[in-house]
Amino acid sequence: MNLAATLRVALLALRINKMRSALTMLGIIIGVAAVIVMIAVGNGAQARVEEQIKSLGSNIIMVLSGSVTSGGARGGSGSQPTIYEEDAAAMMREIDDIQAAAPTLRASGQVIARNANWSTTFYGITPEYLEVREWPIVEGRSFETTEMNGSGKVVLIGQTVAENLFGAASPLDQVIRVRKVPLTVIGVLQRKGQSMSGQDQDDTLLMPINTARTRVIGVTQAKSHSVSSIMVKVKDGADMTQAEAHLKELLRQRHRVQPGQDDDFYVRNLSEILQAQEASSKVMALLLAAVASVSLLVGGIGIMNIMLVSVTERTREIGLRMAVGARGRDILTQFLVEAVTLSVIGGFIGIVLGVSTALLIAKLAGWPTALSVTAIILAAGFAAIIGIFFGYYPARKASRLLPIDALRYE
Amino acid sequence: MAALIQVDSLAKDYQMGSTLVQALRGVTLDIAAGEFVAVMGPSGSGKSTFMNLLGCLDQPSRGRYRLGEQEVSQLSSDELAHVRNRQIGFVFQHFNLLARTSALDNVALPLLYSQVPVTKRVARAKQRLAQVGLAERMDHHPAQLSGGQQQRVAIARALVCHPQLVLADEPTGALDSRTSIEIMALLQQLNREGITIVLVTHEHDIALFASRIISFRDGVVVEDKANTPNDAAAWLAKT
Repeated sequence: MNLAATLRVALLALRINKMRSALTMLGIIIGVAAVIVMIAVGNGAQARVEEQIKSLGSNIIMVLSGSVTSGGARGGSGSQPTIYEEDAAAMMREIDDIQAAAPTLRASGQVIARNANWSTTFYGITPEYLEVREWPIVEGRSFETTEMNGSGKVVLIGQTVAENLFGAASPLDQVIRVRKVPLTVIGVLQRKGQSMSGQDQDDTLLMPINTARTRVIGVTQAKSHSVSSIMVKVKDGADMTQAEAHLKELLRQRHRVQPGQDDDFYVRNLSEILQAQEASSKVMALLLAAVASVSLLVGGIGIMNIMLVSVTERTREIGLRMAVGARGRDILTQFLVEAVTLSVIGGFIGIVLGVSTALLIAKLAGWPTALSVTAIILAAGFAAIIGIFFGYYPARKASRLLPIDALRYE
Repeated sequence: MAALIQVDSLAKDYQMGSTLVQALRGVTLDIAAGEFVAVMGPSGSGKSTFMNLLGCLDQPSRGRYRLGEQEVSQLSSDELAHVRNRQIGFVFQHFNLLARTSALDNVALPLLYSQVPVTKRVARAKQRLAQVGLAERMDHHPAQLSGGQQQRVAIARALVCHPQLVLADEPTGALDSRTSIEIMALLQQLNREGITIVLVTHEHDIALFASRIISFRDGVVVEDKANTPNDAAAWLAKT
């Protein structure tokens, strides 16, 4: 008996019991769809975390002003500026593992362009900042050295600011007044989206650090070269923990912190937090897949159950087939093909259902889902294997019947 | 004529719980090619067991069975399947047709297991259905056919692989008397065409259509006599 004939016989047998076949398939359909949806949701969550890591820039350590103890009273974090532009330069000079250190001055306020105004956060930056944050300019240009050193009245703006101040019009060469200081827009930054704390990273304005210090923010901070934070990018492949330790040591030295005294700065390793988040989302994805696999397994057991019933019910048919010349292995193939056909058709419907559900979830619930081709192939393959695995026992049972016993079966 | 079937001391025991049932206690006989044999006997006489052994559906406990040139009592189950497929056609009391399957597909069923190409299968099945007078009903399912028609489909199925031997186990048992005789007429016609027929029945007037009557009792042959067969076709023409 060739495969085409066997397939035809199997399809016929399945068609004869339409309702039962459909219900059996339902187990596999739900199993396969669940695996695909769960993996899509899990991967989606993971992809979102990865995106956040990317938008932050990779291998980032943040250095912030710490608490200062003066006369026994411990001030809060950032109550006094304790880190300086020179610290950043020293880091780059003295620590090999550090690729770039970007000191930034941060302030916020109302910005005005023609008749539009917007409240935003602005940063005074050095050229390292764009490198550290891996933030390309999509329109216009970056700062030139003369603008950097000479407090040039130029500014780079984020997408959100561009939209709110200029709408669809090009913001290039337009003038924005930041705390009454007119600055010319020379470039627009690429969209970065939300940070992991939900902040809009595109709602920002970047200007040379000297411009920020002397023209915009002014006064107290102008005297010292203190900064709000230093963003440090560690070289690819370097040990983050070690780089962080070196960095702390250097800062303690430079700030003359005595042994036993608290650091006068804070170091936050953002990548690490995100990596932990990534790891947990991976675990979640795995867990979801595992739960879904259980339903696939249950679907398989459903197939076995139905095939066993079918073998018992069709014992006389098996006897007749044997009487007219079917060998044990013909019967085995027939029932195996029936089981596999059930699971493959079910698997196919499951894939369609799973993919559309994943897309629907993405659309309606707004969850990020990432369909994975591997998961789809895996689920389909698994469905076929389940058909073979759970179909084999009933099929073998059928094939081992003696023709006379099968014919006489009541 | 050469013996198609040679049976020597054929015996079959069944284990029923703790007791051993000797269903067949040593049967020795020959059936020549072209004979029409009726096997008779009360229930439990061993006639059905004998039939199952002849049909290679069961294997004997002792003794030898030669079918044509082959010693079949020594064959493996796959080889027996081959013998059933090529050399034997079965007709059962309850027809044993596949439900919800067309008459044509039912007739073509044995061809599925004999490496006949799809195109030839349909042609051969159609030819056999025409032979039993059901050419117009080949798309009907068994439930749409009368008992007599179902048995004709079953006979067409038995013939589709060109067997030398047709074994009919109470083929008229589920039919009314006129339809029974129609079936017997068909079997007699096949016999005239050269097919050896062994028929199990407990109805004496059905056995009278055969050319030889073998009677079983308690697992042994008690009578084996030639018979001048009644002509079923002639009887049908008369009434």
